[in-house]
Amino acid sequence: MDNKQKYQQYVDKKSPNSPILKNCFFAFVIGGLICTIGQVIANICKWRGCDTATSGTIVSIILIGISAFLTGLNIFNKIGKIAGAGSLVPITGFANSIVSPAMEYKSEGYVMGVGGKMFTVSGPVLVFGISASILVGLVFLIFNTQSITLV
Amino acid sequence: MKKLGSQTIQFDSPPTILECASIVGPKEAQGPLAKYFDKTLDDEFWGEKTWEKAESKIIKETVNTVISKSGVPLNQVDCCFAGDLLNQCISSSFGLRELNIPFFGIFGACSTFVEALTLGSICAESFANNVLCATSSHFCSAEKQFRFPLELGNQRPPTSQWTVTGSGAALLTKSGSGPFVTTVTPGKIVDMGIKDANNMGAAMAPAFVNTVIAHFTDTGRSPNYYDAIISGDLGHIGKDIAVDIFRSQGYNVKSNYNDCGILIFDKKSQDTHSGGSGCGCCASVFSGYLFKELKEHKLKKILLVATGALMNSMSAQQGETIPSIAHAISIEV
Amino acid sequence: MEFDLAQIFDPMSLLKCFIVGGLICVIGQILIDKTKLTPARILVIFVTTGAVLGGLGVYQYIVDFAGSGATVPLTGFGYNLAKGAIEGARQSGLIGVFTGGVKACAGGIAAAVFFGYIASLISKPKMKKQ
Repeated sequence: MDNKQKYQQYVDKKSPNSPILKNCFFAFVIGGLICTIGQVIANICKWRGCDTATSGTIVSIILIGISAFLTGLNIFNKIGKIAGAGSLVPITGFANSIVSPAMEYKSEGYVMGVGGKMFTVSGPVLVFGISASILVGLVFLIFNTQSITLV
Repeated sequence: MKKLGSQTIQFDSPPTILECASIVGPKEAQGPLAKYFDKTLDDEFWGEKTWEKAESKIIKETVNTVISKSGVPLNQVDCCFAGDLLNQCISSSFGLRELNIPFFGIFGACSTFVEALTLGSICAESFANNVLCATSSHFCSAEKQFRFPLELGNQRPPTSQWTVTGSGAALLTKSGSGPFVTTVTPGKIVDMGIKDANNMGAAMAPAFVNTVIAHFTDTGRSPNYYDAIISGDLGHIGKDIAVDIFRSQGYNVKSNYNDCGILIFDKKSQDTHSGGSGCGCCASVFSGYLFKELKEHKLKKILLVATGALMNSMSAQQGETIPSIAHAISIEV
Repeated sequence: MEFDLAQIFDPMSLLKCFIVGGLICVIGQILIDKTKLTPARILVIFVTTGAVLGGLGVYQYIVDFAGSGATVPLTGFGYNLAKGAIEGARQSGLIGVFTGGVKACAGGIAAAVFFGYIASLISKPKMKKQ
């Protein structure tokens, strides 16, 4: 334990790991359920005659609304504690990561607190997502194909 | 007052810890030490609008409690050392702004309480008759500043520690009947290269061992001189690591060593993972529990060693390692 | 119009959706537990992966197979952005590259911002009991 490297190795061995099997199980079940709720909504939309893009948007808005509602009721973090990635990776996690800082920084005012801090957690998602999409669009524009696309 | 060995200061006329007070939050009130605290809160806002205001109120009320319990009039308190975890120590300076006594704001992360007692004892040995020492922390304000919004649905890793909502305050006096602060060993900054801000016990354990061994070497004492050696908030993982490092250095501390972060919560029922942390942890456990044990002579000699991880959220994002510190004081009756 | 239960609760589509959606979340969980990445980084990895796979046309197959199981996870958000950008490029060239992605996801982004603001108006964060 004299040098830093050995100490780091020792600490890694000493620190308990997350219960990964249990976590994965709950992530699978809860993540799957959230997606299934989305599918039910999508099926209803289709039955009412919406096209795929519209029903996708409706699914997103409804799930985001539910997630925001549950976050406001102080329930989402309890689900997230059990579900982990199961509630983080679906669009519900994106909504939660916008709503939770908005609520947290309310004490700093509505403009710089809520408005300014709203994207502290989820801002990177928009930055990287939109930038990636523009790059994809540019590549498509230059090569006029989705390179390995089979469509 | 004289210096022993390389780091330790021994007092000629040891200052007395006259009185202590502690106030803790609702989660701590469900813990095993609940009955020892002066006041436990039902909610983490305590009627205030923000957590920062609530934390200021907690430290303010703790200080008021210790002053009224001690019976020392406020104008006879010569100075005050206080600190907390928030940026620029706003909880303590805002909370104590109406106190109207000379004020020193100090920061040593979770080691602040013993840092305050160390500086306070030195003052009490020289010019001061009465010195006030207080620190506080608040789970919600600390999470907001160091980690994520409370409502974010994330999982806490098993190595993480739970910031204690609470405050502890102690009043030191020049001449009294004990418990006495006999020696202090201010610690050096130790950095063993740990980067994981969710594993602060592992980052702080080497600093703890470093200070304690310096204390033993300087004073010529051995671990069994003390009834109890209490670390600030290494938590379960940090404590295990500390015991291992002690063993590799030839010290056996297992029988009389414990940790404030372990004492304050019940790991199984409270789901606090590695244990408690924060300036308020060591402060409230000492002021609430250990001080009463000393008063009743259930413990006669203790070595209180508060540990601190000297990092902030920016340094963690920049990939810096975590420098740590531990200050030790020996308290005897 | 009668409620068509068989279509809405089509067991095959729901099962495929459940399994694929669950598996994508399991990948995220393994990343969290094994790499100590923060939630923000996980989300970024997923949205970027989705955009790249969407751009390559691969993700379309997963969407065709699993429906919401592929579009509800954030990879689907990335896929939607990329798909929108390509759609935009097809229709109006360079301008479309910039407008298409956000246009396709405008509903979700606007909803998140709006609901976030509303939630912050009406409720206060509470301490985790656990």
